[in-house]
Amino acid sequence: MNYADVIARYEPVIGLETHVELGTASKMFCGCSTEFGADPNTHTCAVCLGLPGALPVANEKAIESTIQIGLALNCSIAEWCRFARKNYFYPDMPKNFQTSQYDEPLCVEGYLDVEVEGSTVRVGIERVHLEEDTGKNTHVGTSGRIHGADYSLVDYNRAGIPLVEIVTKPVPGTGALAPEVAKAYVTELRNILRTLGVSDVRMEQGSLRCDVNTSLNLPGAEWGTRTETKNVNSLRSVERAVRSEILRQAEVLDGGGRVTQETRHFQETTGDTRRGRSKEEATDYRYFPEPDLVPIAPDPDWVESLRVALPELPAARRVRLRDEMGVSAEDLAQMSNAGVVDLVGVTTFAGAPVGEARNWWLGYLAQKANERGVEPSDLPITPQQVARVIELVASGVLSVALARQAVDGVLETGSDVDAVVAERGLKVVSDTAALEQAADEAIAANPDIADKVRGGKLPAVGALVGAVMTATRGQADAAAVKQILLDRLGVGG
Amino acid sequence: MPDATEPSPGPGVDEPAARLSRADVAHLARLARLAVTDEELDVFAGQLDVILGAVARVGEVAADDIPPTSHAVPMTNVYRADEIVPSLPREAVLACAPAVEEEKFRVPRILAEDA
Amino acid sequence: MSADLTRMTAAEIAALIAGGEVAAVEVAQAHLDRIAAVDQSVHAFLHVDTTGALDAAKAVDTARAAGTVLGPLAGVPLAMKDVVVTKDLPTTAGSRILEGWRPPYDATITRRIKDAGIVMLGKTNMDEFAMGSSTENSAYGPTRNPWDLGRIPGGSSGGSSAAVAAYEAPLAIGTDTGGSIRQPAAVTGIVGHKPTYGAVSRYGLIAFSSSLDQAGPFGRTVLDAALLHEVMAGHDPCDSTSIDAPAAPVVAAAREGAQLTSLAGVRVGVVRELGGEGYQAGVVASFQAAVETLRGLGAEIVEVSCPNFDYALAAYYLIAPSECSSNLARFDGVRYGLRVGDDGANSLEDVMSITREAGFGAEVKRRVIIGTYALSSGYYDAYYGQAQKVRTLIARDFEAAFARADVLVSPTSPFVAFGIGERIDDPMAMYVNDLCTLPASLAGTPAISVPCGLAEGLPVGLQIMAPAMADDRCYRVAAAFEAAMAASPSGAVLASIPELS
Repeated sequence: MNYADVIARYEPVIGLETHVELGTASKMFCGCSTEFGADPNTHTCAVCLGLPGALPVANEKAIESTIQIGLALNCSIAEWCRFARKNYFYPDMPKNFQTSQYDEPLCVEGYLDVEVEGSTVRVGIERVHLEEDTGKNTHVGTSGRIHGADYSLVDYNRAGIPLVEIVTKPVPGTGALAPEVAKAYVTELRNILRTLGVSDVRMEQGSLRCDVNTSLNLPGAEWGTRTETKNVNSLRSVERAVRSEILRQAEVLDGGGRVTQETRHFQETTGDTRRGRSKEEATDYRYFPEPDLVPIAPDPDWVESLRVALPELPAARRVRLRDEMGVSAEDLAQMSNAGVVDLVGVTTFAGAPVGEARNWWLGYLAQKANERGVEPSDLPITPQQVARVIELVASGVLSVALARQAVDGVLETGSDVDAVVAERGLKVVSDTAALEQAADEAIAANPDIADKVRGGKLPAVGALVGAVMTATRGQADAAAVKQILLDRLGVGG
Repeated sequence: MPDATEPSPGPGVDEPAARLSRADVAHLARLARLAVTDEELDVFAGQLDVILGAVARVGEVAADDIPPTSHAVPMTNVYRADEIVPSLPREAVLACAPAVEEEKFRVPRILAEDA
Repeated sequence: MSADLTRMTAAEIAALIAGGEVAAVEVAQAHLDRIAAVDQSVHAFLHVDTTGALDAAKAVDTARAAGTVLGPLAGVPLAMKDVVVTKDLPTTAGSRILEGWRPPYDATITRRIKDAGIVMLGKTNMDEFAMGSSTENSAYGPTRNPWDLGRIPGGSSGGSSAAVAAYEAPLAIGTDTGGSIRQPAAVTGIVGHKPTYGAVSRYGLIAFSSSLDQAGPFGRTVLDAALLHEVMAGHDPCDSTSIDAPAAPVVAAAREGAQLTSLAGVRVGVVRELGGEGYQAGVVASFQAAVETLRGLGAEIVEVSCPNFDYALAAYYLIAPSECSSNLARFDGVRYGLRVGDDGANSLEDVMSITREAGFGAEVKRRVIIGTYALSSGYYDAYYGQAQKVRTLIARDFEAAFARADVLVSPTSPFVAFGIGERIDDPMAMYVNDLCTLPASLAGTPAISVPCGLAEGLPVGLQIMAPAMADDRCYRVAAAFEAAMAASPSGAVLASIPELS
């Protein structure tokens, strides 16, 4: 089915529900650590295991982070609100209710402006509320999936980690750009969350998760029945999920069928969505105010102080990039297409020259992201780390080749730049005698090339430089090597 | 002591309150994950209907402009600082469990998808 | 010596231990012996921790020998309701679903009891998850009233009240959601107090109804109850609903009350709605005599009306089941407790349902179903929401009444202890036991039950209610009343209890 053809006949309406694990040190209602990747069930206690008698006490930092998110999304902050219990049975939920918020969210009625193909789309924010995460089930059996599993194993380390849910209003009128708007929204939201420093927003680790709502309607008609697509675990998947759901629903409607309101699951491998096994009956969550917690009534002065202390947000940073750093409109567009504007901005504001920042993100890092099939912002390296790499090159500690090795190390290990540099012994070889010896060896091993250079074909020296760089495992300054080679071949200066 | 002018507020009198059928009780038991027996359904349906009739009396009070009360002494903003407190020893946690495998809680196969 | 020790008050025992006149180990042993002698008939205990009790007593004796200044109840034995979590000791809440569970942590009040050097003898029987007024809903068989072994000891804290009345322990801890301390105290002839909601930490109480549950003390005297109350009460950062204010000075109030020869200047309000039709004649007579005793002490008696108290029963039996339907969802056979039906073929959903069906008794199931219904979308406003509004109206009635009176009084229960099995098949007949105790539960205000006489040879309780945070008022008036009773020709109520063989 042809996408353009579908869009010519139907209007899509999208909506997004994003779950963000906050980067607090301890869980939402108890003091257990939120560290990712710990041994199973080692970060659990009476409270987050829901042992009989245990009671929750709310983490103040989580409340603060949620308010910061609300403020950054132009929301009103509730003067008084409560947690509520969402009751349903599921084994990853220790109490068989989730402590969440229902009709009294902490933040309401905001918006987020996103840029898509040169125009601004305002995405309304319905609500931002705070809840707790669930544990994790592993399905054991030949399939390794829930269907056909013999049994399941539950790890409650994640249970009780503070989770912020950000729900948009339905976004109509985006036409063919619906998938791009969805992706741009999540990208921008992620940039904001990263800027606020409230979460590490790693989609691959599940600290940012997206549910995408999609519906189609005939032009001028009422909105259609929406589906909710879960398991959307990367920025690219957000876009693919919306597109695939638009195509699927169009096919259903074209065939005279009706779209069923249901939960679907995005399939990373095929790029389409599959229907989840529906429950035997519609779930009634039986919400009621959580009697074990007291209401939240944020002091207006506190909220105001949080508002004043908000860091510069990505949109403002982009303006500054353009107006103060002199980045051209063409460059901005190119960076925007590659999804690196904010990364370049943050790298720049972390001290790197804008040109260098741009080159790294559009060059080597874009290439690495491409190799991994992820967006540059999904790479496990922060703009601050990139800025540090640039700084080390500028100060001569690293050559560009070594800098790339340092970046590789960060991407592979998750360690910090300086740690990688130290561990791998990365530093420019500035021992002239050693370089001269390596140059002589390269000349001796490549007499033909040496002759060409001596004969005036200066560009041929590149091959010799490469040989020296290989011999020194990249730890030499290529410019210095080139000069040494030219000198020794009698064509220097 | 009793006020003779007060209408006798017998349980659920004249209340067209929703009544609980046997099927309703079966549905509720399913929601609450209770595999009740047929005999229990017979007994409960009658008993619960009587109880529901009695509790439906709360509807007699005109309370449109009355705020709800959940706690005797109203409190707000009770928080803890974001500090890590040692977790329970894993052996102690798993010692309580009906079934354990690979240091995780083992459960039978799950039918429904995640909510 | 042993027989004497079990007849003493907690205050007397503590003084003897502190003075070195008797060892805490002797006291513990005397009570363990008493339990061994009578608990087969009474069945107050689900678990007796002989080793733990003797070890705790020994620690008190060692501390004393080392010159440590002991707390006011150090070495005094106590019976703990099985709804309170105790590390490494069985904790079942009277339910099959928690059979064999040994918690990996202590409730805050358990910790406070241990820190105070109080010797925990064991865990007491109760209605399953504290749902009931007779202790017949225990999965482990009923507790019997030491006044008449054919009758109920009240509930849900019937094991605790029976243990104290049967001289198996001078002190006990109970929990009160709708009357579960006060009514058992009344029908066994002892003192029981439900503190202001939030005065005692709920951390580690297996929740029945979170917005109502409150732990409190039992004793054979008002002073004993007060001494235990002060150990239990106080702010706990682990309970968000715990009141962050100094605990009421209840021990001073109890001592002062016992010395009072006059209650002149104290206004006592008789609640019109808590009496009359449906109340046993003997209870009414006993209550009226108690009011006359208070008048005789110089108190000013006023009649107050609290019209919304008539809706307390309906509101309570919506709120408590609603909250319990959610609180009890965690018992699913995944992390702890019973699991039934895990045969490799059944799905998790089936195993959960089979486990809960097998693990819960009839009353728990009834309440879970009612609560599930009352919270359902479409019914919430009419039931749970409306019941929470009724709470406001009841609190306002209290407020108005306390403008006219310093304390309010009523019978604690409309009935004396009834026969085991008499009401078990009629839930509504059971629920009306709570008529007098429910208003203070819903308003979160403190109330004490103190013995006020006999009807048909069985004890009757006087309920004394005070405004929130004014628990000391309950104790002060109760102590004065108790002293007046002891000085009267009939004497202290508990003196009439028959000997157990």
